[in-house]
Amino acid sequence: MANDPIHQFQIQTLFPIEVGGMDFSFTNSSLFMVLTVAAASAFLIFSTSGRGLVPSRVQSISEMAYEFVAGMLRSSAGTEGMRFFPLVFSLFMFVLVANLFGMFPYFFTVTSHIIVTFALAMLVILTVTIYGLMRHGLKFFHLFAPAGVPPVLLLIVAPIEVVSFLSRPVSLSVRLFANMLAGHITLKVFAGFIVSMGAAGVAGAAGAILPLGMTVALTALEFLVAFLQAYVFTVLTCMYLNDALHPSH
Amino acid sequence: MAGNAEHTNTEVHIPAEEHGAGFPPFDVNTYASQILWLAITFGFFYWIMKNVAVPRIAGILEDRRDRIAGDLSEANRLKEETDAAVAAYEQALAEARNKAHGIAHDTRAKLKADHEVRREKAEAELGEKLQAAEAHIAGIKTEALSQIGDIAGDTTSALVEQLIGKAPTKTDLTKALKSAMN
Repeated sequence: MANDPIHQFQIQTLFPIEVGGMDFSFTNSSLFMVLTVAAASAFLIFSTSGRGLVPSRVQSISEMAYEFVAGMLRSSAGTEGMRFFPLVFSLFMFVLVANLFGMFPYFFTVTSHIIVTFALAMLVILTVTIYGLMRHGLKFFHLFAPAGVPPVLLLIVAPIEVVSFLSRPVSLSVRLFANMLAGHITLKVFAGFIVSMGAAGVAGAAGAILPLGMTVALTALEFLVAFLQAYVFTVLTCMYLNDALHPSH
Repeated sequence: MAGNAEHTNTEVHIPAEEHGAGFPPFDVNTYASQILWLAITFGFFYWIMKNVAVPRIAGILEDRRDRIAGDLSEANRLKEETDAAVAAYEQALAEARNKAHGIAHDTRAKLKADHEVRREKAEAELGEKLQAAEAHIAGIKTEALSQIGDIAGDTTSALVEQLIGKAPTKTDLTKALKSAMN
C-alpha cells in the first residue's frame, strides 16, 4: 500500500469519539489541524515577543506576513476592510501553514480534503453574506444588479451574478483542494517510479534518475503552489469581503 | 466567525449514510469529525490571532511608525532652531556692518568738516596776508612811481645839460617827460 498515491489522504482515527451516532473522532487530520494552529500561533507569538523596534529575523517574517495580508486587504477592500483583518490573517496563516506542513514526508495535508476547504470557503461566504445583510440590509442585493446596466440587460446580468455568487464557495474550495490533492498525488506517483524502477536492476536504477529529477522539481513547484494557493485563497477572500462592504460595485 | 464554520455542518452533512468508496476526500463519514475539529482548531487560532498576535504585531508596527515620525519631527524642530540661529546671526552681522558703516561715515564727515574749517581759516589768513602784501606792494609801487618822475626829470636835465650845455626849463622838461611816459 505504500506506493498507493491515495493512501496519504486516508483519515485514520486516533481517539474514537462518538456523539449521538455521529463520528467526531480525533483523527490524523485533527492532529495536523492542531499542529498547524500550534505551529502558526507559536511562531507568530514567540517571534514577536521581543517587540523589537529593530526587528529580529523571525520577527521580520511575522511582520512581513502581517503587512502582506494587510496590503492585500487594504488594496481590495479599502481601510474599512481592516475590520476583517484578524479573519483574513487567520485564514492566510492557517492555509499557508497547513499547505507547508503537507510538504513534510509522512505528514497529513489538512487542505487536501474538500470538506476542510469547503468549510473555510463557507466561512468566508457566510461572513460576507451575513455582514453584508446586516450592514446594508436589502441594498446588499445591489450586488446582483451592477450600476449602469440597462434594465433590459439586467434580466440577463442578474441571474449571471447570482450564479457567480453561488459558485464562489465551490470555486474557492475546489481550487485549493484540487491543487493540494493533485500536487501530492503527482509527487507520490513520481516518487513511486523511483522505487519501482530502482527495484528493476542496474538499468532501472540508472533510469530512476529521471523521475528523481522530476520529483525534486515538483517538490520545489509544490512549495510554490502551497504559498500561491494560500495567497489566492486570501486575495479572493479580500475581494468577496469588498462586496460585503461595497455591494454596489 | 468560527460559528459560521460550524454552521456549514448542517448544509454539507446530508448524505451521512453513504460510504465513500476508495477516495478519502469524498468519504462523507469523516466529514463530521473534520468539520468539528476544524471549527475547534480554527476557532482557537482565530481567537489567538485576534487577541494576541494581530494586536501585538500592529502595536510593534505602530510603535515603529510613531518613533520614526517622532524622530523626524524632532529633527525638523532642531533644523528650524538651527535656521533661526543662523538667521539671528546674520541679522546681527548685518546690523554690526551697518553700524560700522555709520561710524565710518560719521567720522569721515566730522573729519571732513573739521578739515574744511581749518582750510577756510588758513585760506582766510592767507588772503589777509596776501591783501596786506598787495597793499604794501601797491604802496611801494605808487611811491616808486611818484619818485620816478623826479628821477627821470633829474636824469633828463642832467643828460640834456651834458649834451647841449644848458639845462632845460622846468616846463619843457615836464612836457617832454609827460609825452614820453604816456
